[in-house]
Amino acid sequence: MPTGAVIEFTNISKRFGGIAAVNDLSFTVEPGRVTGFLGPNGAGKTTSLRILLGLVGATSGTATFGGVRYRDLPNPLTTVGAALEAASFHPGRTARSHLGVYAIAAGIPRTRVLAVLAQVGLAAHAAQRVGGYSLGMRQRLGLAYALLGNPGVLVLDEPINGLDPEGIRWIRGFLRDMAAEGRTVLVSSHLLSEVQQSVDDVVIIARGELVHRGPLSSLDTDAAPQTIVDSPDRDALAAALTAAGITFSIGRTGLLAATSDAALLGHLAFTAGVELSVLHRQKSGLEDSFLALVGGSHTL
Amino acid sequence: MTSFLRSVAAEFAKVFTTRLWWILALVLFCYIGLLAGGLGALFAGIQTGVISPDTVNTGGGAATAFGSLPPLVYSFASSVGYVFPVLLGALATTGEFRHQTLTPTFLATPRRGVVLGAKTVTLVVIGAGLGIVALAASVGIGGAVLSAFGVDALLLDSQTWLLAARTLLAMGLWAAIGVGLGVLVPNQVASIVIVLAFTQFVEPLLRLASSFLEITAKIGNFLPGSASDALVGASVFAVANAATVAPLDWWQGGLVLLGYALVATVIGYAASWKKDVT
Ligand SMILES: Nc1ncnc2c1ncn2[C@@H]1O[C@H](COP(=O)(O)OP(=O)(O)OP(=O)(O)O)[C@@H](O)[C@H]1O
Ligand SMILES: [Mg+2]
Repeated sequence: MPTGAVIEFTNISKRFGGIAAVNDLSFTVEPGRVTGFLGPNGAGKTTSLRILLGLVGATSGTATFGGVRYRDLPNPLTTVGAALEAASFHPGRTARSHLGVYAIAAGIPRTRVLAVLAQVGLAAHAAQRVGGYSLGMRQRLGLAYALLGNPGVLVLDEPINGLDPEGIRWIRGFLRDMAAEGRTVLVSSHLLSEVQQSVDDVVIIARGELVHRGPLSSLDTDAAPQTIVDSPDRDALAAALTAAGITFSIGRTGLLAATSDAALLGHLAFTAGVELSVLHRQKSGLEDSFLALVGGSHTL
Repeated sequence: MTSFLRSVAAEFAKVFTTRLWWILALVLFCYIGLLAGGLGALFAGIQTGVISPDTVNTGGGAATAFGSLPPLVYSFASSVGYVFPVLLGALATTGEFRHQTLTPTFLATPRRGVVLGAKTVTLVVIGAGLGIVALAASVGIGGAVLSAFGVDALLLDSQTWLLAARTLLAMGLWAAIGVGLGVLVPNQVASIVIVLAFTQFVEPLLRLASSFLEITAKIGNFLPGSASDALVGASVFAVANAATVAPLDWWQGGLVLLGYALVATVIGYAASWKKDVT
């Protein structure tokens, strides 16, 4: 089983004319984990990934796989598999001949072509011209291309775009399996919710700059904790909270207490003799902290 | 080296897994077959007196000015057919930009110079293949028509075979020029318009215009079409023009074509092939 290499971005910057698409970006991606590369539209995700793959030249900085630049890898497709967001097919080729061309170029046995088409669920459409493929089928074919060389590193740009619910569930499991086998998996998305079930780590960028990196759980702690508590006798409950020095606001479904300690609230109510009708910790949405981090970027 | 050979094999697979190559080959065969058959019959008819020069309204002296008919008719393969390998080369190259297949291509082979070199080699070979198709039409159909008029088709003549070999070389070089044009002008529509406008209109006019003065005729010899005809050694254009200046030697013609291909490819490599693929 191929094992993954560490992906390392070191001070990557890229300017397109006057626009700084990526600015001094540094982070590493570890093998055996799924890393979500997140940011709003235009944040510079695709540009960063294309720099990593040698398709776009960085203005400055280096991006490597285990210390080696993509163009210096001896046979890149067997080390790194990449699927980029743009559909890159000649519409007149069949899926099989499309993959066949690149299998020849990389010296990969032709048997892999049908194997990867089966792996992504396109076996029945192998002999169909790609021009007639749906968006989801193209997305799967792009993934098949990435898998052609059975690489230890997967770099996928918005692989979930255009997939149906069954496809989304499938790819989530697929990403988990790949990481469990020890591969390095880097997946970009502009929606955290799209990948949060499958990623271990997140790297978040906005306007070309790193704004957050760490395990997925690190997003949880960033937001202020709150607990919803309510009582048939709301005034008595409010008095008990005030007496204990816990601040709160009045929400639609009860009082929003500024603490994550639900047990403490239960105890206070009990000792004050107040009956509770609602007590539950408000899960701060990961998406909320994500949006807070990339905030203001919708005014591109 | 193995990466280059794999690239060449992949480039062959690219051409033969789409329909363009056989459509171009088919049209080329029909077009050259019609021309060689039709004009071969006309010229042979005039030369043998079956058709009176007056009825076709050519000058009185024209009948003898054709010289030896077979090379003239056979050279339609390149003098008219050369646009086909140019188109194939330009379409094979611009198609990579248009369909964004540069991304998977450069992911599989990050050395871009290797890819462009492999593409050129591949298209030179396939261009020569188109040359075989064109010769099959011009020698096969043209030769049959000449024989029917009682003109010796010179099929066993070494000059005929030399002409055929140079035709293959010329067609291969034209395909390389097509690849060069494709990287120079990656926009597919623009590239096709340039090929058609230049080969069908601009160059024939330039060749005609340049032929009137000795000095311009010497420069005109370096136009790609003139160089190609010089390489092949015969052309209907050479007959049609009031030639006052000897054409280039065959090898000089070949070098001129090679020069055009190299210059276009090297400039195109820097201008588009090496650039960011976004
Ligand atoms: N070829 C190019 N020429 C000029 N500017 C470019 C080019 N490619 C990207 N950009 C700019 O670089 C910035 C980052 O673009 P990029 O495509 O990397 O964003 P992204 O994070 O992938 O966005 P999305 O979620 O929409 O895919 C944008 O401002 C974009 O306009
Ligand atoms: Mg993108």
